[in-house]
Amino acid sequence: MLKQTEGSKAVAEAISLCRPEVICAYPISPQTHIVEALGEMVKAGRLTPCEFINVESEFAAMSVAIGASAAGARAYTATASQGLLFMAEAVYNASGLGLPIVMTVANRAIGAPINIWNDHSDSLSQRDSGWMQLFAETNQEAVDLHIQAFRLAEELSMPIMVCMDGFILTHAFERVDIPSQQQVDAYLPPFEPRQVLDPAEPVSIGAMVGPEAFMEVRYLAHAKQMQAIERIPQLAAEFKQAFGRDSGGLIRTYCTEDAETIIIAMGSVLGTIKDTVDEMRLEGHKIGVLGIISYRPFPLAQVRAALINSKRFLVLEKSLAVGMGGIVATDVRMAVTGTGLKGFTAIAGLGGRPITKASLHKLFREAEGEALPPVTFLDLDWEAVNKQLERERQTRRSGPVAENILHDKGIVSAKFG
Amino acid sequence: MGFQPVKFYQTGTFTVGNRLLAPMDRSVQAGQTRSNSINSGHRACQGCGEALGARYAIDAAMAESNNQLIAVNATGCLEVFSTPYPESSWQVPWIHSLFGNAPAVATGVAAAMKVKGKTDVRVVAQGGDGSTTDIGFGCLSGMFERNDDVLYICYDNEAYMNTGVQRSSATPPAARTATTMPVGPEPGNVFGQGKNLPEIAMAHGIPYVATATVADLRDLEYKVRKAMKMHGARYIHLFVPCPLGWGTASSDTILMARLAKESGMFPVFEAEHGEVTGVLKIRRQVPVEEYMKPQKRFAHLFGTHARPDMVARIQAIADRNIRKYGLLEDEGN
Repeated sequence: MLKQTEGSKAVAEAISLCRPEVICAYPISPQTHIVEALGEMVKAGRLTPCEFINVESEFAAMSVAIGASAAGARAYTATASQGLLFMAEAVYNASGLGLPIVMTVANRAIGAPINIWNDHSDSLSQRDSGWMQLFAETNQEAVDLHIQAFRLAEELSMPIMVCMDGFILTHAFERVDIPSQQQVDAYLPPFEPRQVLDPAEPVSIGAMVGPEAFMEVRYLAHAKQMQAIERIPQLAAEFKQAFGRDSGGLIRTYCTEDAETIIIAMGSVLGTIKDTVDEMRLEGHKIGVLGIISYRPFPLAQVRAALINSKRFLVLEKSLAVGMGGIVATDVRMAVTGTGLKGFTAIAGLGGRPITKASLHKLFREAEGEALPPVTFLDLDWEAVNKQLERERQTRRSGPVAENILHDKGIVSAKFG
Repeated sequence: MGFQPVKFYQTGTFTVGNRLLAPMDRSVQAGQTRSNSINSGHRACQGCGEALGARYAIDAAMAESNNQLIAVNATGCLEVFSTPYPESSWQVPWIHSLFGNAPAVATGVAAAMKVKGKTDVRVVAQGGDGSTTDIGFGCLSGMFERNDDVLYICYDNEAYMNTGVQRSSATPPAARTATTMPVGPEPGNVFGQGKNLPEIAMAHGIPYVATATVADLRDLEYKVRKAMKMHGARYIHLFVPCPLGWGTASSDTILMARLAKESGMFPVFEAEHGEVTGVLKIRRQVPVEEYMKPQKRFAHLFGTHARPDMVARIQAIADRNIRKYGLLEDEGN
């Protein structure tokens, strides 16, 4: 059913259609509207049977989900940013135990400085946790990816994060097609656990494992994600057949057939990028777009195939590997090893910095001309940065960095008098 | 009405012996149908109080739940000695997740049972004093506050034994641990720190809180069975001496637990909805010295550089416990 609705509400409805049995909720912006909506559904009896548990931290949220999943219940939670870091130990534990929990990550920057706005630092920090990570471009895709995620997670008995840009998607009102319960029931069978805590058939889960078996367990987690590389496109195709929409898959290309320059990105910024590319195409630029939906598993072969006929690529990412450069860019470069393709990285939109078409036009043209340094920081205020660096050269007690920059910019004053 | 110890007329003792009792009065451990939830062959140290306590507690919980029990375990000695893969001792469905999240995992298991309508399946979570009073305290308080249907058992041996005897917030003052060495003017753990978890549990107003020691195993079984008859969050704080960490003879584990109770160092009581409903009285009061002297962790308080001043401060703690809980026959209730 078509609805004009907030992204978070749409996702909550999608989750409800997936018949979760245990939902753990802890508030953190910009994820909170999702669990608020689910809490109301459970309280009103519209989502039943379901246990909605208000926990005391994200660490507890993931831990409750672990217990519920190990006991055979379909478990869901949502988080973002600091919350994801706070639960990190349990995040690794869930995947290590092979529990098919689905979690929404409303992508948000990580502090300090504390910042509630969107970038991808949070879920990318859990890159190696063993969780799959699927990035939604639109709210429609966020809805659809959650439905596919439960199916994939339970098939492989591995957890999945569905990542959607905080505020940009979670708080945006737009048209979303919410499927019917019958459609979702037909696509997503009831959870049949591979392992379950059951007094009739006692098992020990989470026992101590030494060097004799640990590597095999870790390898099998990798093998599961390699299986997902096969299953994700199949599940997307099945989804299209059942729901009539293209949603999900490993990657999505746009105008890449004859493109000499390809822009690579994840999440909602793909919309702005496509608009920019449309305008450049009208001017005759041979430029295209590669959207990565499945960040983990990372589709190396598919990315390589999408880029192989181009001349150069630019990875535009909302994340930063401090001391190195790009995070997504590193994976893309791995995919194109030996092709001789020229690659650039642009770090953009950190902490919610707007990524404008004007800036993208300039950036993409520079990429086409191969006039970019290996790593570009889009719209970085060099004056502010240099002023702070100079201050640190001049004064030992130069003070808190973020407060200095805000003070220099005159946005707020951190000092009195 | 608290636990009524059975006195055997032949001996006048309070032992666990059962031969002289009617079958219905016998302990779970003495029963032919005991579940052996933690099977033999595990790797606990000789004289381990925790292994003994867990065996009695979980078997009692199994008996009371008609063997419909799921156990959640925090990281720690109990988890490590019972499960090196693939030699699990557990005859019950059992899960270990992390050091600090056992109460929350148990909440999740209980929620799953509820949503699936398996109301006969009960959930026990367990951990040592490190996971309970320190790293898992947030999750424990959350589980209490929500009154989730979980019995949590803390096996308190008063330090982080699994990692090599470091101080926890359950370590008593003056005790030697690897992080509170017996050096300097105030040797051992400092005075005036630490948490009283049973009282904190009571402050949550949960249906049932009890303390017990491995010196009174009938009392422990009674308390576990009583807790399992109730629903909501329940807490049992079980005192389990650690020969390795305390520097005591492995044959003295029960003695140490008894002296902790008889000296007033460890008050044994039960409480419902935040109110104390019963205490196990001290039968033969002993000075704290009698409890402390056999323990190497207190050795620096005695001998050539004796610290009677510090022993006196510990005696004052025991005396306060005795007053507060009315632990002597002629005091209070």
